[in-house]
Amino acid sequence: MIRISYWREFVKGILDQNPTFRQLLGTCPTLAVTVSAVNGIAMALATSFVLVFSSVIISMIRKLIPSQVRIASYIVIIASFVTIVDLVMKARFPELSKELGPYIPLIVVNCIILGRAEAFSSKNTIFRSFLDALGNGTGFLLALTLIGSIRELIGSGKIFNFGILPAEFNPWLVMILPAGAFITYGLLLASINQISIRKKRIKKEKMIEEIIGKKKESVLLSEVAS
Amino acid sequence: MEVILIFISAAIINNFVLSYFLGICPFIGVSNKISSAFSMGIATTFVLTVTAIVSWLIYFMILLPFKLEFLQYVAFILVIASLVQLVEMVIKKVSQPLYRALGIFLPLITTNCAILGLALFIVLRNYSFIESIFFGLGAGTGFTMAITIMAGIREELELANVPDAFKGAPITLIVAGILALAFMGFSGLL
Repeated sequence: MIRISYWREFVKGILDQNPTFRQLLGTCPTLAVTVSAVNGIAMALATSFVLVFSSVIISMIRKLIPSQVRIASYIVIIASFVTIVDLVMKARFPELSKELGPYIPLIVVNCIILGRAEAFSSKNTIFRSFLDALGNGTGFLLALTLIGSIRELIGSGKIFNFGILPAEFNPWLVMILPAGAFITYGLLLASINQISIRKKRIKKEKMIEEIIGKKKESVLLSEVAS
Repeated sequence: MEVILIFISAAIINNFVLSYFLGICPFIGVSNKISSAFSMGIATTFVLTVTAIVSWLIYFMILLPFKLEFLQYVAFILVIASLVQLVEMVIKKVSQPLYRALGIFLPLITTNCAILGLALFIVLRNYSFIESIFFGLGAGTGFTMAITIMAGIREELELANVPDAFKGAPITLIVAGILALAFMGFSGLL
């Protein structure tokens, strides 16, 4: 029983409450860095690192922080981890760090992290917060990789720098420009909405069928009885 | 002359919302009505300009001379959070009507990434004091312009027949994309 609920804690961030597609959190980096799949993955990994560590720390000291200053304390904790990520990236991956530019330090104000801190890890145990953060981080990673791949594929005919589309394909420059980011994200959101609308309709039809079936049964029963 | 170029570049050509994606949350969240969008824009412009001044002073007068650059993110975000609080208190004392008009939007500004983004850009591009002020003003003007135009389009959009799946955020994002395309037309200006 406990194991199942732990699993759910992890999975809900990937599907039901995906930060990018369901909660519309952290839109700035989602749109800004997804020029290519690699950039998206790097950004998402950096964000997930900060998310997991700050969630664990916040959950650890949740009983020590007075509630009046909690937001400020969360921000300081998050900013410290962002500084760590930024310095490590500058030292280890200078090119990637230059490409992502100010968006790495902007993880500080990413609403996903503050949102999880306020909504989850300030109220739950360390292990649960860890799983929740990991799930949300994974959901964010998948979303950014998806958007990055689509934009890279149509914008330059490649994914992860491997040529996918034939050489005759004329790349759509607009997909790499800011406008392409907005439009890709909007279309993806719409298709996900469409899927959930259809799911709801099927559920409704099933329920109606069940009700009709029950009614028929009861009618038959009453006929037999009479 | 240099200063005016920075202003125009920040306001129109490299618009914070439409080409750097900074401040998307209020851009989508508060762009339902022209009046509230405009108030949000003005409040943000004010905080942006003050942030530009304060973060320049903090970085170049305190952090750099004492070799504390690694503290910049923590310092900036704390300064912004307290600045927003301070602005809120000052406005409350000075002008009640303005406070009532902006009231709800002021605390929201802390989490606007445009503010922190501005502070980071000032450091990254090594702007001088005067340049920073104009950069802040320009960014604010650009933000106000983008969010007000967006609100105007969305007010019209309410009368249009949008497919169910596109209602809400998706259609807003697509409109923003088209707006970004339109703003690209300015790119040859400088």
